[in-house]
Amino acid sequence: MGGVRLRGFGWRHAGRRAWAVRGVDLWVRRGERVLLLGPSGAGKSTLLAALAGLLPEDSGEQEGTIEIDGRPPAEVRERVGIVFQDPQSQLVMARSGDDVAFGLENRGVPAAQIWPRVDEVLHRVGFPYHRDRPTAALSGGEQQRLALAGALALRPDLLLLDEPTANLDPAGADLVRAAIARAVDGDTTLILVEHRIADALPLVDRVVVLEAGGGVRADGTPEAVFAAHGDALAADGVWVPGRQFPPRPAAAPAGEVLLTADRLGQPPRLAPTNLTVRAGEALAVLGPNGAGKSTLALLLGGLLKPGTGRLSASTELAGADARTAPHRWRAPALARRIGSVFQDPEHQFVTSTVFDELALGPRRTGATDVVVRQRVDDLLQRLRLDKLAGANPYTLSGGEARRLSVATALATAPRLVICDEPTFGQDRRTWQELVDLFAELRDAGHGLVTVTHDTDFVAALADRTLTLRPVP
Amino acid sequence: MIDFEPVARPDAPLARRNPVAKLAAALLFAFPLLATLDPVAPAIALAVELAVLPLFGLRYRVLLRRAWPLLLAAGGVLVTLVLFAADRSGRVLLDAGPIMVTSSVLLTALGLVLRLFAVALPGVIVFATTDPTDLADALVQNAKAPARFAIGALAAFRLLPLLSQEWQMIAMARRARGVDAGRNPVAKLRLFASTAFTLLVGAIRRGTRLAVAMDARGFDSTTPRTFARHQPFSTADWLLLICAPALAATALTISITLGTFTPLTP
Amino acid sequence: MKLPTTNRWRTIDIVVAAVIAVAFGVIFWAWGLLWRAVDPAFAFFPASQAIMYGVWLIPAVLGGLVIRKPGAALFCEAVAATVSALLGSEWGGVTIVQGLIQGLGAELAFAAFRYRSFRLPTALLAGAMTGLGAALFDFFVWNTAYELVSYRIPYALFTVLSAAVIAGAGAHALTNSLARTGALSRFPSGRTRTLV
Ligand SMILES: Nc1ncnc2c1ncn2[C@@H]1O[C@H](COP(=O)(O)OP(=O)(O)OP(=O)(O)O)[C@@H](O)[C@H]1O
Ligand SMILES: Nc1ncnc2c1ncn2[C@@H]1O[C@H](COP(=O)(O)OP(=O)(O)OP(=O)(O)O)[C@@H](O)[C@H]1O
Ligand SMILES: [Mg+2]
Ligand SMILES: [Mg+2]
Repeated sequence: MGGVRLRGFGWRHAGRRAWAVRGVDLWVRRGERVLLLGPSGAGKSTLLAALAGLLPEDSGEQEGTIEIDGRPPAEVRERVGIVFQDPQSQLVMARSGDDVAFGLENRGVPAAQIWPRVDEVLHRVGFPYHRDRPTAALSGGEQQRLALAGALALRPDLLLLDEPTANLDPAGADLVRAAIARAVDGDTTLILVEHRIADALPLVDRVVVLEAGGGVRADGTPEAVFAAHGDALAADGVWVPGRQFPPRPAAAPAGEVLLTADRLGQPPRLAPTNLTVRAGEALAVLGPNGAGKSTLALLLGGLLKPGTGRLSASTELAGADARTAPHRWRAPALARRIGSVFQDPEHQFVTSTVFDELALGPRRTGATDVVVRQRVDDLLQRLRLDKLAGANPYTLSGGEARRLSVATALATAPRLVICDEPTFGQDRRTWQELVDLFAELRDAGHGLVTVTHDTDFVAALADRTLTLRPVP
Repeated sequence: MIDFEPVARPDAPLARRNPVAKLAAALLFAFPLLATLDPVAPAIALAVELAVLPLFGLRYRVLLRRAWPLLLAAGGVLVTLVLFAADRSGRVLLDAGPIMVTSSVLLTALGLVLRLFAVALPGVIVFATTDPTDLADALVQNAKAPARFAIGALAAFRLLPLLSQEWQMIAMARRARGVDAGRNPVAKLRLFASTAFTLLVGAIRRGTRLAVAMDARGFDSTTPRTFARHQPFSTADWLLLICAPALAATALTISITLGTFTPLTP
Repeated sequence: MKLPTTNRWRTIDIVVAAVIAVAFGVIFWAWGLLWRAVDPAFAFFPASQAIMYGVWLIPAVLGGLVIRKPGAALFCEAVAATVSALLGSEWGGVTIVQGLIQGLGAELAFAAFRYRSFRLPTALLAGAMTGLGAALFDFFVWNTAYELVSYRIPYALFTVLSAAVIAGAGAHALTNSLARTGALSRFPSGRTRTLV
């Protein structure tokens, strides 16, 4: 069971001119473990949704055929488990345990068996709380583990995972990968989408690379694929293991202090933290899931009133406003000085097209139409969003949405940029482009704070790191 | 942030009752009281409600916090009545043009305000002591509500605290992007409308994705659902169901016996 | 593209209908925060009550216009009422019954057009009918002690009018704006869009 066959498969989302995927011919035998690669926007998530039978015919247009054990995916849904890219919108119930139990109830598993299975699978993914923990109080990474538990509890024959470790800290990601390795025995077919493949390779025995324009670019064992196509793939934006990036250290020593945090905290989300942020320096904030990194980012961004301690801006950053705390500044003044990128890209968007989203900041700061257009076009080009200028920000792929949200903060080039996980879900090419953009910004004397789990990013760009510990 | 976690001790004898039994009892208790305008019956009912409060594991302070908007409503009743009372018989206490306060106006006001409290409190008490998940489970298991609708609505309920966080996130994002209203009330209203619209759009998208995720875990499968959480319906629940309307009837009977009963006249 | 024409509720219909109600719960809550901070006297101002009435009835009409299935208006308003009861609304359990009566009003309007028409006149009728449900409930249950000619009748008329304008026309305009964002692409109400 779990054999997958695609013949000339393609899908076009309603409202789009371009096909999300097209011309895919693929045969995955039962028990195979496949890593699905491809540049951001190549249609990987769309393909997984199709395999799970979750592309209703009213939401787009299909080409070719797709079969699981010779039957359309919609008919064999109970044998397929899927974890989506965004954990937040796949949690159904208010309590963690109930959420895992939800799928079991739907499949009619007898009540007596449900709770033992729930506890077992929560343990297996390393979920750190009791099953009564409210799902609303979980950090991004904790949610991802829970979503995986929800899919594993159903003991699927075909397991589809869409970047299951994207938001996890390295320890948590190891735990999840170990859980996946244990969950997929010889009979389970696994199709995994992951951009950072070095860690994922031990889990798979086959690599399939999707071409951005359609079709399958390469297919075979990892060794064979990377030996034959390594350079070409890397140039196309695929993460190829063993290829390092040149580090981009600061061109000059750090400049003036911009922000000083004195025992800044937000009980119970963030323990008191001391910190200085300087111009011309890239500071990386690290720490396990739930340590309060995102909370710190909001505090530094002047968006949240500090629960404890204080945050003060220097006159270098704020001029006469330096005497008041950033969370009291008027919004236009704040946006000119500090740009924030939220962990969830969708929180960022305030307009209805990609173009307007990028133009909003420059327009607000009084740039002329010509300047606005030029700056927006430049960013669209560099982050490869130019074809999507008229799209609604909410219909973008995970990686596209991430790039757009980062670009909105870069568009106004504020003195200090604070980014929460700016590189997750990026292919190699856009990752490099983002690192370059950040490096240019820093070398032009801007301050940069990034919250991240991405060790490559830290190695390439960070001048200084701060590691948060969880609130005891 | 919106917080609708139950605030009562969950092991209190009445808080533990089946949610459907509690809800039905609240309605059966409150509805008969709508039939009268006199102060006596609602006063008795109110006394009963306050007396059983400890049995629900609720503290008076918590109830006050939940029910204080009622005081505003009571104020509204008073103002409207002074201006528009139908019955202005009795002794004149104050006469200043359109504002005429008589003894019967005051009596009616007392009746209306007491009725307002007596009718509203049962619902407030029940919802303060009931977990939404338990309510949905009980609606399906005990009241035979269609499972897809009850669980679907429950999944949407889960978004309630999330969407209120989202509201704050949207507001923060607007601030981060340089959008705020300052003190201008018109700008405030427009910012409110645009934030609300963004929330609605985001909520619908979230709902769409949630529905897909639910189907991915078999929500639309034709297999009969099982229940991980069993909601028993015991003798005590039946007792609650019977006692509630009986108490309301007693309050009305006393009012009729005392001759104070004033039926609603259309 | 084919669109479903059956009356069976898909999961997405159920969840999105409920989510609309929940989102309005949050919006009303935020509205309360805004005005309570600005002006506590707002609550006493009788005319404001009747104007707000239309706003509270939006979910029923919007649910019907977006979902386009029998029962959508009723379900949406019932969930909305339960949300407000859960949030500790001062009206407690009675809101649920009142919500059902209001939802029934809009439902009847959509049914009168056999769930085929969702244009402005239908929306206005649905708004007026929800308003009528609300007005009748208030007329007979809450307002009996007030003067008939100077208060009860004008109040009822004002409720119906405000419901027709705000809930009816308002929800119709809102549906169009929502469709333009692409959020309704899986619903018949969101079909018209330009390609990007
Ligand atoms: N619901 C949708 N409506 C319209 N277009 C969509 C929708 N979902 C995805 N798309 C578009 O389809 C294309 C493929 O998206 P998909 O999410 O499958 O990419 P992906 O390979 O998973 O990318 P990433 O690595 O960034 O997650 C993208 O251009 C995206 O903008
Ligand atoms: N609104 C909230 N209410 C209560 N607790 C919260 C809230 N938001 C976050 N938390 C909790 O506060 C802690 C810190 O959350 P935060 O999102 O800042 O973590 P993080 O370090 O960014 O984690 P991750 O790496 O997973 O994104 C977590 O344990 C989380 O469960
Ligand atoms: Mg994707
Ligand atoms: Mg975070």
